[in-house]
Amino acid sequence: MLKIDNLAAQVEDKVILRGLNLDVKAGEVHAIMGPNGAGKSTLGHVLAGRAGYEVTGGSADFDGQSLFDLEPEERAQAGLFLAFQYPVEIPGVSNMEFLKASVDAVRASRGQEALSSMDFIKLAREKCQAVDLPQDFLKRGVNEGFSGGEKKRNELLQMMLLEPKLCILDETDSGLDIDALQVVANGVNALRSPDRAMIVVTHYQRLLDYIVPDYVHVLAKGKIVKSGGRELALELEKQGYGWIDEEVA
Amino acid sequence: MSENIDQYLKSEYAAGWTTDVESLTIPPGLNEDVIRLISAKKQEPEWMLEWRLQAFRAWLEMEEPNWAHVKYAKPDFQSLSYYSSPKSMEERPKSLDEVDPELLRTYEKLGIPVHEQEVLAGVAVDMVFDSVSVGTTFREKLKDAGVIFCSISEAIQEYPELVKKYLGSVVPQKDNFYAALNSAVFSDGSFVYIPKGVRCPMELSTYFRINEAKTGQFERTLLIADEGSHVSYLEGCTAPMRDENQLHAAVVELVALDDAEIKYSTVQNWYPGNEEGEGGIFNFVTKRGMAHNRSKISWTQVETGSAVTWKYPSCILKGDDSIGEFYSVALTSNYQQADTGTKMIHLGKNTRSTIIAKGISAKRSENAYRGLVRMNPGAEGARNYTQCDSLLIGDQCGAHTFPYIESKNPTAVIEHEATTSKVSDDQLFLCQQRGIDPEKAVSMIVNGFCKEVFKELPMEFAVEAGKLLEVSLEGAVG
Ligand SMILES: Nc1ncnc2c1ncn2[C@@H]1O[C@H](COP(=O)(O)OP(=O)(O)OP(=O)(O)O)[C@@H](O)[C@H]1O
Ligand SMILES: [Mg+2]
Repeated sequence: MLKIDNLAAQVEDKVILRGLNLDVKAGEVHAIMGPNGAGKSTLGHVLAGRAGYEVTGGSADFDGQSLFDLEPEERAQAGLFLAFQYPVEIPGVSNMEFLKASVDAVRASRGQEALSSMDFIKLAREKCQAVDLPQDFLKRGVNEGFSGGEKKRNELLQMMLLEPKLCILDETDSGLDIDALQVVANGVNALRSPDRAMIVVTHYQRLLDYIVPDYVHVLAKGKIVKSGGRELALELEKQGYGWIDEEVA
Repeated sequence: MSENIDQYLKSEYAAGWTTDVESLTIPPGLNEDVIRLISAKKQEPEWMLEWRLQAFRAWLEMEEPNWAHVKYAKPDFQSLSYYSSPKSMEERPKSLDEVDPELLRTYEKLGIPVHEQEVLAGVAVDMVFDSVSVGTTFREKLKDAGVIFCSISEAIQEYPELVKKYLGSVVPQKDNFYAALNSAVFSDGSFVYIPKGVRCPMELSTYFRINEAKTGQFERTLLIADEGSHVSYLEGCTAPMRDENQLHAAVVELVALDDAEIKYSTVQNWYPGNEEGEGGIFNFVTKRGMAHNRSKISWTQVETGSAVTWKYPSCILKGDDSIGEFYSVALTSNYQQADTGTKMIHLGKNTRSTIIAKGISAKRSENAYRGLVRMNPGAEGARNYTQCDSLLIGDQCGAHTFPYIESKNPTAVIEHEATTSKVSDDQLFLCQQRGIDPEKAVSMIVNGFCKEVFKELPMEFAVEAGKLLEVSLEGAVG
């Protein structure tokens, strides 16, 4: 589904990704761990097409298309979803309006009609319940005044409404209380399916107790320096990242 | 990085075409003879001519104002023509059926309901084309309710007592440079009188269209709501795209007698000039309302057009317990400049005013809010609430706020809040990442920002205004 080959990228002349390889197949869940500043969020932003991130080498194929040929909204319409580490607020634009515009846009790109307001409201309420977000959050401005945890749940709400093919979750578990962590995990697990893939960026192996990954990767200094199974996360928890540095060096 | 947003801002002006009709345009120039000629063309009574001449003589002594935060080449008043009318209007048509269909088509093309059969939620329209009103719909139906709705030219003929009593009573001839000029040369505009206790049975509106080149439009509107009456009025305007700057200097006077209520909405979409800042209308307007006891005057404006705008729809809250409101959205793009706001003059006891002003600036435009709240010594227990928000799109534009507060009564309460925000690349990216194209995203963000003001507009115009913003922001991103 996603094949990243020797990807290099920089921001304002600062080189961040240096030859990153990753192969994600449909149905798989990949966890990415790694020290602060390693380039995990950058990877998500580069894949999603954020302005200011310059791809200087390598390729990324998404379902047979070169990702970098597409506009950010086209990537989203093609089924790539990024749950942000730091979701931004859009004051004045109601969550409901935003969500509907989003779902309508993705549907339109597939040649589907927009949902009627009634149908959409029903759907949105249902998903709200699934992520344990009270319904009045639909009326509030997008992320406006939401607590950290509420913002993360709102990201999940968007993901559940859009039902993307590839979900990239950038520290969606950070700042969540134990119950919320369970909610997020349930949401992600509910979306797990043979034709959907997930990349879960996290610092805590605890999340991986709930969302059991097929692979665990360590991203350090702009590339994947180690890959393994579920057990790698446990090892990292015990030993930190120091030993990998030595190994790689 | 905000250049990223900037590139999406490319305005498309949809109303920039011209109507091909033969016009009679008087030669350029301004002197007493021109004023006599305008007055004669309108077959005005002697008192009206005298009033105009008085204003003209005062104007000669006045100076072009320069305090606003706008820069423009001063109009050359001798190179403008002050009267232009379609030839077919020389002999005033007796009814809408006699009006040149080409003229009516102009309004149809602009989406204005010109035939009484197509009752668009019951809106009566006065259509002003260059210097003349070409027709007013539903005059008869309104007359049944006692409501007078006609062009000001007709009112001068048919209701001279009302005009004499109120014309210049709110905006005196010498009020300011452009008001004096307007008083001298005004050509047409609308007149409304709502009798005591009457709730106007339909929405009233005037649509102003500039068509002829090298002319100025000087409209004059006078609206009187007698005791206990109620009226909602809306004006709209557009002009062809030209590389010259055309002058539009209007005066609007509102009188709300005891217990009356006037809701006055404007959707201003004069040609804003092109992307290089060439051409566009100079929109220099004086609008003011006089509120008597327990009456209410509410101004709502959506300003997206004009190269340069200065206008301050104001309320003189003369009567006790009277209420003044000002809701404004002003959007500037390219090289547009707007200096707009309001004045709330509290004279009576327990008077209240609310000001909600939203300024949106994009590209290299300059957008200023200028507002005065004055509490006079007699304004016991008066209150004002002002909220003034600016939204910047890109980083080459300017947003400015000039609030003036004068309180001469210690019991009066004035609250002022101001915010400035930006449409950020992060917000835009969030929208795009959710599949929304950047133009739609910007218009959604801008519409969200304007929500509080749009909800004050009559229903069908709120939708209209939203679309207008979208068009004005077309190409704003991506
Ligand atoms: N716009 C930018 N300008 C300059 N440097 C940047 C920019 N964006 C990211 N960086 C730098 O790139 C490096 C990688 O950042 P990134 O956010 O990808 O790290 P991360 O692995 O997600 O870290 P964390 O675990 O703390 O979230 C950091 O050193 C960061 O400071
Ligand atoms: Mg990060």
